[in-house]
Order: sequence, then C-alpha cells, then structure tokens
Amino acid sequence: MNVSLIRNRRNLLAVLAVLLLVGVLTPHTGPFLTLLVTRALVFAILAMSLDILLGFTGLASLGQAAYLGVGAYLTAILATRYQFGLGWSFWIVIVLGALAGAATAALFGLIAIRASGVYFLMITLALGQCVWGLAYRWNSLTGGDNGLNLPGRPTFGIAMASDLNWFYLVFGFFAVSLGILYLLVLSPFGRSLEGIREQEVRMRILGYNTWLHKYLAFVIAGAFGGLAGVLWATTNGHVSPEDVVLTTSVDALLMVVLGGSGTLVGGAIGSAVVLFLREYLSTLVPWWQYALGGVYVLAILYLPGGLMSVPVRLRQWRARETGAATLAAAPQ
Amino acid sequence: MDARFWLLQTFNALSYGALLFLLGSGLSLIFGVMRIVNLAHGAYFLLGGYVALSVIWSTGSWALALPAAAVAVAAIGLLMERIFLRPLGFDPLRQVLLTVGFAFLFQQGALDIWGGDNMDIAPPAALTRSVLVGGLYLPVYRIFMIGLATVIGVALWLAMEKTRMGAAVRATVDDAQMARGVGIDTSRISMLIFALGSALAALGGVIGGAFLGIYPGLDFQILPIAFAVVIIGGMGSLTGAAIGALVVGLADNFGKALFPEVSYFTLYAPMALLLAVKPTGLFGRE
Amino acid sequence: MTNRAGTIVGAALVASLGLVGLGAATAGAEELRIGFLAPMTGPFAQVGKDMVNGFEMYLEETKGNFGGATVKFIVEDEQAKPPVSVLKAEKLIRQDQVQTFVGGVLASTGYALAPVSTREKTVYIPSIPAADDLTQRDSSKYPYLIRTGWSSSQPVHPFGQWACEQGYKRIAVIAADYAFGYETVGGFQKSFEDCGGKIIQKIWPPLGTIDFGPYIPTIKQDADAIFTLMVGPMSLQFPKQLAQAGNKKPVIGGGTSYDEFSLPFMGDEVIGHVSPLQYSAALDTPKNAAFVKAYRAKYGKVPSYFSESNYTTAQLIDDVMKKTGGKWPGPEEFVATMAALKIDAVRGPVSFDEFRNPVQNIYVKKVEKKKLFGYDKDELWNTVIKTYPGVGQFWTYGKETFLKQPVYSRDFPPCKYCE
Repeated sequence: MNVSLIRNRRNLLAVLAVLLLVGVLTPHTGPFLTLLVTRALVFAILAMSLDILLGFTGLASLGQAAYLGVGAYLTAILATRYQFGLGWSFWIVIVLGALAGAATAALFGLIAIRASGVYFLMITLALGQCVWGLAYRWNSLTGGDNGLNLPGRPTFGIAMASDLNWFYLVFGFFAVSLGILYLLVLSPFGRSLEGIREQEVRMRILGYNTWLHKYLAFVIAGAFGGLAGVLWATTNGHVSPEDVVLTTSVDALLMVVLGGSGTLVGGAIGSAVVLFLREYLSTLVPWWQYALGGVYVLAILYLPGGLMSVPVRLRQWRARETGAATLAAAPQ
Repeated sequence: MDARFWLLQTFNALSYGALLFLLGSGLSLIFGVMRIVNLAHGAYFLLGGYVALSVIWSTGSWALALPAAAVAVAAIGLLMERIFLRPLGFDPLRQVLLTVGFAFLFQQGALDIWGGDNMDIAPPAALTRSVLVGGLYLPVYRIFMIGLATVIGVALWLAMEKTRMGAAVRATVDDAQMARGVGIDTSRISMLIFALGSALAALGGVIGGAFLGIYPGLDFQILPIAFAVVIIGGMGSLTGAAIGALVVGLADNFGKALFPEVSYFTLYAPMALLLAVKPTGLFGRE
Repeated sequence: MTNRAGTIVGAALVASLGLVGLGAATAGAEELRIGFLAPMTGPFAQVGKDMVNGFEMYLEETKGNFGGATVKFIVEDEQAKPPVSVLKAEKLIRQDQVQTFVGGVLASTGYALAPVSTREKTVYIPSIPAADDLTQRDSSKYPYLIRTGWSSSQPVHPFGQWACEQGYKRIAVIAADYAFGYETVGGFQKSFEDCGGKIIQKIWPPLGTIDFGPYIPTIKQDADAIFTLMVGPMSLQFPKQLAQAGNKKPVIGGGTSYDEFSLPFMGDEVIGHVSPLQYSAALDTPKNAAFVKAYRAKYGKVPSYFSESNYTTAQLIDDVMKKTGGKWPGPEEFVATMAALKIDAVRGPVSFDEFRNPVQNIYVKKVEKKKLFGYDKDELWNTVIKTYPGVGQFWTYGKETFLKQPVYSRDFPPCKYCE
C-alpha cells in the first residue's frame, strides 16, 4: 500500500498542491502561526529522515534526536565561538551540519546496525542518551544545561531575522529535502531498502549486502537529521540539552507513525499534528496532553497506516458500501 | 578506598539492584511471553507509588498500600492488555508506540489527580533506622529491599520451575505456537503475565517510593534503567532479569563512585557496547 | 487544571468590576497585558502552578488593578522546554500584544528568553531563573531585562562568611552537577576560602540523582561540615540517605536544598540543617505572617520562594504603574522606573543594583520543628537565625573585581585544597 501511495501520480499532485497552499497561506496567518509552521517544517525534515529508516528500511530508531542535536550544537558553537555562519557562510554551516549528522550516524551505525527490532530500538535509545549526556557534561563546549544562545539569524543579502523570510527559506529546505528523499525511495537503492524491510533473508540470499544498505540508510537519515538540527538552532536562536532529550526522539517516531510510515509526507503531517497539539492547542486549553495522548492511542489502534491512509480507507469503505448496495440492488 | 568503602558500595549496589529486579522482572516476563515492549512500565511503577500514597493518606497503613497498589495497577495493566494491546496482534512497533501513548496519558492523569509535588512514602518507623554492623551503618530499608526482592525472586522462580502454570508460561515463552498446539491457553497466560508484570512494577514503585521519592518525571527517568536491566539480562528470562539487575546495580554504583566524571554514561555506554557485541543481551535469545 | 481559562475570565471579570467600582474617574483606563511563562505540564508543573498562584494572589488583592490600569494576565505553558518558551513568548508578544512577560524556571529558559526581549523590545522579568550572568557579564545584551528573583551566588556569598564564623575550616561539597549547582558552590567557595576556610572535596552527582549510594561513602570523613546543593526530588532523598548512612556532621546547603517547596515532605532528618536564601516562610514579620496565612488558606500549602518571588514581582509592577498613573510608559522607562524602586516586600526590603538584579536581605535559616503563625501542629520551618541586609549580587567584592573573574563553573573557583 505504501508503495502505491508513493508512486501514484494523483497523490503526488495532491501533495504538491498542499505544499503550495501551505507556502502561500501561512504568511497570512500571523506571526505566531508562521513561526509555528516553520518549526513544524523543521521537524518534518527530521520525521522524514526517520521515515527512511522506519518506513522504508523497517528500522525503528529511538535516537534520531541525536543527529538533530549534533547539527544544532555545531551551528551554535560555530556561531558563538567563531562567529561563523552569520552571513553567506551559513550555507557552509548547512553542509557541515548535514555532514556532522552523517558522521555521527556513520559511527553509531557501526554499533547499531547489527541489531534489529526491539534491540535496535534500545541501542539507538542508549546512543541517543549518550549524546544527551555529552551535551550536558561537556560544559566548556556546549554550555552545559545553560545551553548556547545564537547571536541571531544570518543575513545573506536578505535578512533572515525576519520571520517571514526565514519561513520561506525553511520551506525551501523542506521542499528540497522532500524532493531528494522522494527520488531516493524511487531509486533502485530505495527499492532494495523496501525489499529489506519486507524480507531481509531473501534479499541476502539474492546477493544483496543488506548490512551495507541498512548502514547507508542510517547515514542518510543522520545527514538529514543534522540538516534539521541546523535549521532548528537557527529558528529558535538557542540550543540546550533539552533539544536532545529522549522525548524528542519519541516524538519523532510518533510523528512518522501518526502520519503514516513509508509515505515520506506522512512524517510532515505527523509533525504538523504533534506540534499543533503541543504548541498551539496548549495556548487554548490546559488538557492538551490528553488530546495528544488520545490522538496517539486512537491513531495507532484504528489507523495502522497513519493519517495518510485515511483517503484510501475512505475509498475502500465507500467501495464496500456501494458494492454491497449494487449487490443488493442487482436482480437475483 | 578501604575495605569499608568497598563493602558499603557493594551493599548499596545490591540494594539498588534489588529494586531494579522488581522493576525489570515484570518487563522481562511481559516481553518473554507476549513479545510486547511495554514502554508504559515506568508509568506503572510511578502509579504504584501514587496509589500507595493515597492508601496511606486514607488508611494510614503502609502494609496495606503494598497489595493495594499491586492489585490496582495489575487491574489497569489487564485492562490495557485486553482492550488495547490484544487487538494489535503481533506488531512490536505499534505496541511500543501504543504503550508510549498511554504513558503520556498516565503522566497527565497522575499530575491532575495527585499534583506535581515531590513526595515521599514513609515506611513504618522500624524500617527507617540503620543498624551498625562491623562499623558500617546499614540502613534497614535497604536490607528490607534486598530481602523482599530475594523472596519475590525465589517465589517467582519456584512458580516458574515447579508448578504446572509455570511450565505453561515457560512453554509459551519458548514457542507460543507449539504451546497452543499442546493445548495451553496462551491468551490466558498472556493476561496473567501482563497482570503479574504490572503488579511487580507497582510493587517496585511502592518500595522504591520510600527510597527514590514519588514525583512526575520518575516514570520516564526509571524506564531506560529498567530496559538496561532487561537488555543486559536478556528478555524473557527471570534469571536474566536478576543477573541484569545485579550487573546494572553494580556497574552503575561503582561506575559513579569510582569514575564520577562520566556519571552520565555509566549506564548507557556499557549498554550500547554490550548490545553492539551481543545484540540480544547476555542471556537473551531471539 | 482550568487555571488558565479561569484566570482570564476571572481577571477580566474582576477587572471590569474594578472599573465599575472606580466609576467615571477611570473612564478609558489603560489595559496592562502581562504574559506569564511557566511550566504547567511535565515534571515542573507544580513549580509553575506555585508561580502562577503567587502572582494571582497579588492580582486578586488589588482586584486586577495596577495603579489604575486593568490587568490582563495571560499564562502560557512553556513545558520547561526553552524552544517552547521562545515560541510562547513570541505568541504573547505578537498575538496578545503583552507589554511585559514574566517567568521561566530553568536557567536555560532564562537564557533563551532574554534575547527575545531584546529583539522584540519587550520587558522580560525573570522572577525565578537565577543564572548569574543574566545580570552580570551578559547584562548589557539585555537592556529590557530586569530580574526580580535572585542570582544563584547571591545568597551563598554571605553564607561563606557565616560558615567561617561557625568555626568550620574544612568542608566537603556535594552538589547537583549543573550550572545552578556550580554557581551556588562557586559563590560559597569563594567567600568561604576568602575568610580562611578550605573546600576539601567536590562531588557532583548528576541532576536527577535519587540514589546517592555511590556518593555518600566517598564523602571525606575528616570534613568539619557537609555543604549540599540539591533541587527537587534530590533534596528529599539526599538528607534521608545521608542520615541513614550514619552521618553525624553538621549539614549546611544552598537555599533550594530545604526550601518550602520540598520541606513539607521531608522528615526529621533535616532538623538543624542550615541554608541561605532571600526568603523563608518562617520570616517573623507581620507582612510575611499575613502572606503565609493568606496563601496557605487559599492554596493549601506553605508558600515557597517560587510563590513569593512572583507575588513580589506583581507588587513591583503595580508600584511602577502607580508611579506612571496607570499608563504604560514604554519599555525603557518601565525598566528604569522599576530599577529605581525601593519597596518593602514580603521578603523584606528590595531595591535594584545597576545591573537590574535585586539587592535584598539574605536570611540564614535553620530547619526547626515547631508551631508557627498560630497553626496548631508541629511542622518543619526554616527559622531565620541571621539576616544579612542589603546583599547585592557581588557581595563585598565590587563589580569590577568580580566581573574580571570568570563565571562560577565546575572548575572555577579551582579546588585548590581538594584532596
């Protein structure tokens, strides 16, 4: 079902249409919502990176926040210690952040890829916690629990200090990431990943180096996680160990499953829903945590394919209804 | 670092390990029988503590709080298993995420019911003293924890090894399909084990409450430690849980005492490295 | 937990009643919109609630009217996460048009919010975050920030001197391993060693440690006293475990080790422990007695400095508005007016230094079990045994000398006498 969702031309156009809507409408919703959508887009990149692992390779990781953290802290350290990244050099920081995420994933992958299932979950959790511990303890570099304050958003021709400009830039990054990942999953490499997700043993028998495939997927996910980290730090202007805490990784995983794993944009939808509940609903009512927990539980129970599967399910349900009606109406 | 130091640290490590055994054994059993990774286990621990507090506030009896908390949380665990986990079937990822969703709900519910203060469970005065043994002050409560964990551990082991029910459980852990084939009601076993695991966690919460405190956030703080126990010891193995609890207790305690600089890593780094070498834990099998 | 909705409705109702009551004289009274950022969910939810309660109690006493302006009080849940606090602050500023925002709990939240105040030219009043540098080495970056709580090292500077006066010569330190811990210990170490004392050991259990089994046996046996800095659940468990390990040495500590947030849940093992802070609920003044009794009657618990600090913040804002006749004077003038205030708060006299940190009494308090304020049960109270009046954030060091040294950290002051 996931495969057809991706390849379906109609769905692709729908996704593009929604993207366009978001890009055009958001600036008109006011500064607070624009900032919220910007944050959702950054997290969407993280969620999509996790979807590569979860939805396409079948590896559920509880440590994705580690790469966000690496990218974010790198950005903050370069900006505060070396005044680097505040002008055109920002684009270099983007590349460095992605590379740092990839490098960390390359290191962690050596330890983690041997495991699978719940053990992979645990080992990625442990590694994520090690990054958190490092952010906490390495005071001289990371500022410890005080965190680091970035001097401000970069200016390269256009001032990113304006929330509107920054929104467009982040939106651009999101669209480009989506495009790259989309091409990745459609490529032969992506198909092999899906094969590994379905039947790893068979793939190995067919001669695929499944370890290498999984490792590469892990590294790619880390790279996009690092990119998300650079954008996260610049959006907030502040980095602290709170950004790499366990619940961030859990949130990322839940975003992917909520939106629909294996659909790429599912992660973006999940990110929007979760952030909306956490940061918008919480300004309106005090019981938002019940809503968040409730949404998780209900989605997992009744929507195994996530929110992305809703249109398909509706169509199936309607087809069943009309089919039954047709049967009933047909002359016997 | 004289003998006194080593003895004290070993004693402390053992008592901490005892608490971890209560926490980890339930988790291990649940995974072994049902292949469910219960991320709400920490919430059960904390709920056990909160229920105990309510019992103590209304009846003044700490002794009553122990079974009350165990039964209450076992009931909640049963409900969760029946109504929410059973329909999912064997789908580890969704089970994990469902239990996380519940953990969030429990967290907010506990906050609304009991408030967010840092609370403490006061055990009977007799247990709060310390005894002087060979020049060392040993808190009686820690001795109690070691004693209780040992008793429960032995009882569980006897039940598993020597009773029909235990044999049925072991058969289900080994191969659920085969077990069903020979007529074992695996769904009843699953219910029993989930209830037992939850009750053990709750018991841990009541016992731990006097030692660690009861406060919001304890659930997610204790959860990774519980997992460390089960992972190192191997899922589904009671002996593994005991050994895992001991190893984590000793490693964490001595790690922090001898190498305080890396206190944040004494738990996770060894766990990651162990899993890297033996992905199913010391005693686990997949 | 409907306090937020209830707050707005309540404040609006009360405010409109106040308007009616004041009659035509206040026709066209200005609205003062105050944003409040506190954790209302998660592990720090109770702290957030206490903070809001403190502020709201003052609001209700003045019927939501500060100097003629009607107050609109908007509470936002920042979940003790700095990125969320930044987002909610932006919401308060851009959407709700608050003229000032108050609050935050963690030091990292304070650091995250401070640049927001500069960027948006909106007054930020950190009533709890105590990170030293917010009003020291970094204060020039934040001209719209005025702190009404305290700085971490402020209470422990005089405390070091007090420790010397007790005759302690060698002290072992065990403190939570994070910035607040470093700043508290650093301040104590500096003044204690300046009057001849020696810190002979520093143990840093990670924040959130609840089993001190590994650490307690390593405490040096030949120390004269133990200095602890514990927060939250740590402050509950450490004294218990220390006592059970047979400790006979005097125990002193940072103010949060025994403050009223945790004290009601502690046992007799903390009797006799001494700590310094700018507030104690046992402060025997008529103003504090009234405050404690009113707060306890209303909210069911003895107020901690979390509540007092926000109550006093409300009082300070009220005093500024009284001086401006109920009109919002703009952020620069607001900050300047508040910084020039000298008030008699629940905690005693409060004024501000040139870096906009409070200058206030520091109370050395000892835990005692007794009856106080007419309550009929013996309870644990922080009895004030010595008052150091008019303590600023630099103590007696002078700002130039003080600012030349680096901020207190894990390695500063260095542990010269550590064995």
